[in-house]
Amino acid sequence: MNKTLAIFGWAAVALLGAVAVGAVALHRGEPINALWLVTAAACCYALGYRFYSRFIAAKILALDGLRATPAERLENGRDFLVTNKWVVFGHHFAAIAGPGPLVGPVLAVQFGYLPGTMWVLAGAVFAGCVQDFVILLFSVRRDGKSLTAMAKDEIGPVGGFVAYVAVIAILIILLGVAALIVVNALKSSPWGTFTIAMTMPIAVLMGLYLRRIRPGKVLEVSALGFVLVLAAIWGGQYVSQNPALARAFTFSAPTLAILIMVYGFAASALPVWLLLAPRDYLSTFVKLGTIALLAVGIVALHPTLHMPALTRFVDGTGPVFAGKIFPFAFITIACGAISGFHALISSGTTPKLIARETETRIVGYGAMMCESAVAIMAIIAACVMQPGIYFAINSPAGVVGQAPAAAAATISSWGFPVTAADMQALAHAVGELTLYNRTGGAPAFAVGMAHIFSHTLGGDALMALWYHFAIMFEALFILTILDAGTRVARFMMQDALGHVYKPLGRTSWYPSILATSALIVAAWGYFLWQGVKDPLGGINSLWPLFGIANQLLATVALCVATTIIIKMHRAKYAAVTLVPLGWLVAVTFTASWQKIFDPSPRLGFLAQAHALAAGPATSATARLIFNNRLDAAVNGILVVMVTLVLVESLRQWMAILSGASEARVKESPFVRTRLAEEQG
Amino acid sequence: MKRIVSGCRILVATLREIFDEAAYARFLSRAGMASSSQAYAAFRREFEEVKLRRPKCC
Repeated sequence: MNKTLAIFGWAAVALLGAVAVGAVALHRGEPINALWLVTAAACCYALGYRFYSRFIAAKILALDGLRATPAERLENGRDFLVTNKWVVFGHHFAAIAGPGPLVGPVLAVQFGYLPGTMWVLAGAVFAGCVQDFVILLFSVRRDGKSLTAMAKDEIGPVGGFVAYVAVIAILIILLGVAALIVVNALKSSPWGTFTIAMTMPIAVLMGLYLRRIRPGKVLEVSALGFVLVLAAIWGGQYVSQNPALARAFTFSAPTLAILIMVYGFAASALPVWLLLAPRDYLSTFVKLGTIALLAVGIVALHPTLHMPALTRFVDGTGPVFAGKIFPFAFITIACGAISGFHALISSGTTPKLIARETETRIVGYGAMMCESAVAIMAIIAACVMQPGIYFAINSPAGVVGQAPAAAAATISSWGFPVTAADMQALAHAVGELTLYNRTGGAPAFAVGMAHIFSHTLGGDALMALWYHFAIMFEALFILTILDAGTRVARFMMQDALGHVYKPLGRTSWYPSILATSALIVAAWGYFLWQGVKDPLGGINSLWPLFGIANQLLATVALCVATTIIIKMHRAKYAAVTLVPLGWLVAVTFTASWQKIFDPSPRLGFLAQAHALAAGPATSATARLIFNNRLDAAVNGILVVMVTLVLVESLRQWMAILSGASEARVKESPFVRTRLAEEQG
Repeated sequence: MKRIVSGCRILVATLREIFDEAAYARFLSRAGMASSSQAYAAFRREFEEVKLRRPKCC
C-alpha cells in the first residue's frame, strides 16, 4: 500500500513539475506569476534528490553506512568532529552561499527569465549538485583531503598545480569584481555609504563585546549588531536629507574604489578579532535571515514577472554584457547552477564533520539545491520590475548615454518602454538621486527585493528602507568576502613564498604580512580600478572572466571525479560526471575563445584593444589597451592550464580502460564504524 | 510536539555551529578552562589558524 502511494505521489510531483516547467518554458506574450517558477523549481529539486542523487549514491558511489568517516577516526575536537547531519547541512550551506547566485542570475535576466531559470534548474540537478556530492564523498574517503591534493594524487602533479593557480586566479578576479559591485551600488549614494560605513564601528564594538564583556556569545552579539545595523539604515535617510552630511558621504566611483582597497588591506593586516571576525558573524546573520525572509516574501506576495521569457538580446547585443545566449548565459549564472569554488568547500571543512558516508547525499547534493533555489529567487526579484527599469539600472552609460532622457529613449527604442520621469520617481521612492547606470546587478536586485518586501510588509512608505536594507545586505556580505578572501589569498601566497624564503611563509611575521597583503590587494585592486575606469561599466569584462575562471575550476573538479569513478570500475556510469564536464568544456572554451578573439570590440578583448588603438588617443587609451590585453592573457593562461589537466585526465582514462595501467584508488583503508554499533 | 522540540534543538545546534559558539564550548572543555576574556583570546588564536585559511565561497 505504501509503495503504491509513493508511486502515485511521485507521479503527481512529476506531473506538476512538467506542467510548471511547461508553463515557464512555453508561455509567451502575457506576464506569468512567480509561483510557476517556484513550483517548477520545487518539483525539479524533489525529483532530482529522490531519484538522481539516489541513483548516484547506490550505483556509482556505493555509499557505505558502516565505513567510519574521518570525523570519527580522526576526531580531535577541532576540525575533525562527528556532527549531526542537519548541523553540517546548515554549516555547508552557509559556507557555499555567496553573492554569485544573487548577482549572476540578475545579470543573465537580460536574456529574459527563461534561459536563466532553465539553466539554474538543469545545471543544479545534473551538474552542480552532482559535483558537490561526489567531491564531498571522495574527500570523506580520503581523510578530508582538499581538491588540489586529490587532483595531485589522482590526475598527477599538473592537476594539483592547475587547481592551485586557478584558485588564486579566481580569488583575485572574484575580489576585484565583488568590490566593483559594491562601488557601483554605493557611488553617489550617501544613504547606502553611511549605512555600510557604520557597519565598521558596529563590528569593532561587537569585537570588543565578544572579547571583553561576554566572551564567546556570538549569536547574542550578532543579534545586537543586527539591531544596530537596522538603526544605521534608519538613520541613513536623515544623512541623505542633510546637505552637509550628504556631501560628506557622497563619493565618486574612483574614490570609493580607493577606500575599499584601503579597507581590504587593513582588514587583512589587522588583528582578526577586532574587525574581520565580528563582521563575518554579522554578515552570516544578515545573509541567512534575508534569504529566509525573501523566500517567505516571494511565496506570500507571489508577484507577476514583467520581464518576457526571452528578450531580443539572445542575439548577443545586450547592454548588460556582450555575448550570445550560448555560452554567456551559462557563464554568467555561475554559482546558481555549478560552481568550481563549491568543490573547495566540499573538500575543506565539511568532509571533516560528516558522521556517516550516507549523509554526504543530503549535505552535498541537498545544500547545492538550496543554493540553486536562492538563484531562482534572484531571477524572480529581477523580473518583478518593468524591463525598461531593469535595463535602465543595469546598462552602462557608454551604451545608453549619460543623460536621463537619452538613456530612456534608447531603452524605449529597444521595445522596453521607460521614461525619465519613471526613473526619477523610482529613485525618489528608494531614496537615491539616480538609478541610471548602476551596473553590477546589486542595485537591480535591491530594487526587486524592496518591491517584494515593501508589498509584503509596510507598503510603499517603506520602499526606501527596504532598498537600503537590501543594499546593506549585499554590500555587507560582499565586503566580508573581500576581507576574508584577501586574507585567504595572502595565506596561500605566504605558503608559496615560504618555499622561496622561509620567513615569508611565517604568518605571524609582520613584514611578510604587510608585503603579501599589499600584493594581493594590488592584484584585485588592479581589476577593480580597471572596472571603475571602463567606459562599458567593467562588469562586461570582469564578470564573464570570473564566470569562466570559476567554471574552469569546476572542470578540474569534474576531471578528478571522473578519474576516480573510472578507477572505481564504474566507467559505465561515468556519464554522470562526463556529460557535465563535456558541457562545461564546450561552454568555457567557447566563451574564452569569444572573449579573446571575437572581432566585435564589445565582446573580444583583443578587438577592443585594436579598436582603441585605431581610435583617437586620450590619456587613458594606452592603459585601456593594456587592460584588454591583460584580460585576454589571463583568460588564455587559464584555458591552457585546464587543457593540460584535461589531456592528463584523458591519458589516465585511456590507460585504465585499455588495461595498460592499473586502476588504483587512493582511498583511506576501510575501518568499521563504531557509531552503527552504538546506535544499535 | 516531540518533533518540534527536536527540530528547534537542531536549529539552535546549527546556529551555534555556524556562529562558532559550539567550537568555543569544545575548546573550553578540551582545555579545561572556564569562559573568560583570556580563554576566548586563546580560542580565537587557535581557531583562526585553521578557519581563516579556508576560502569563502562566491
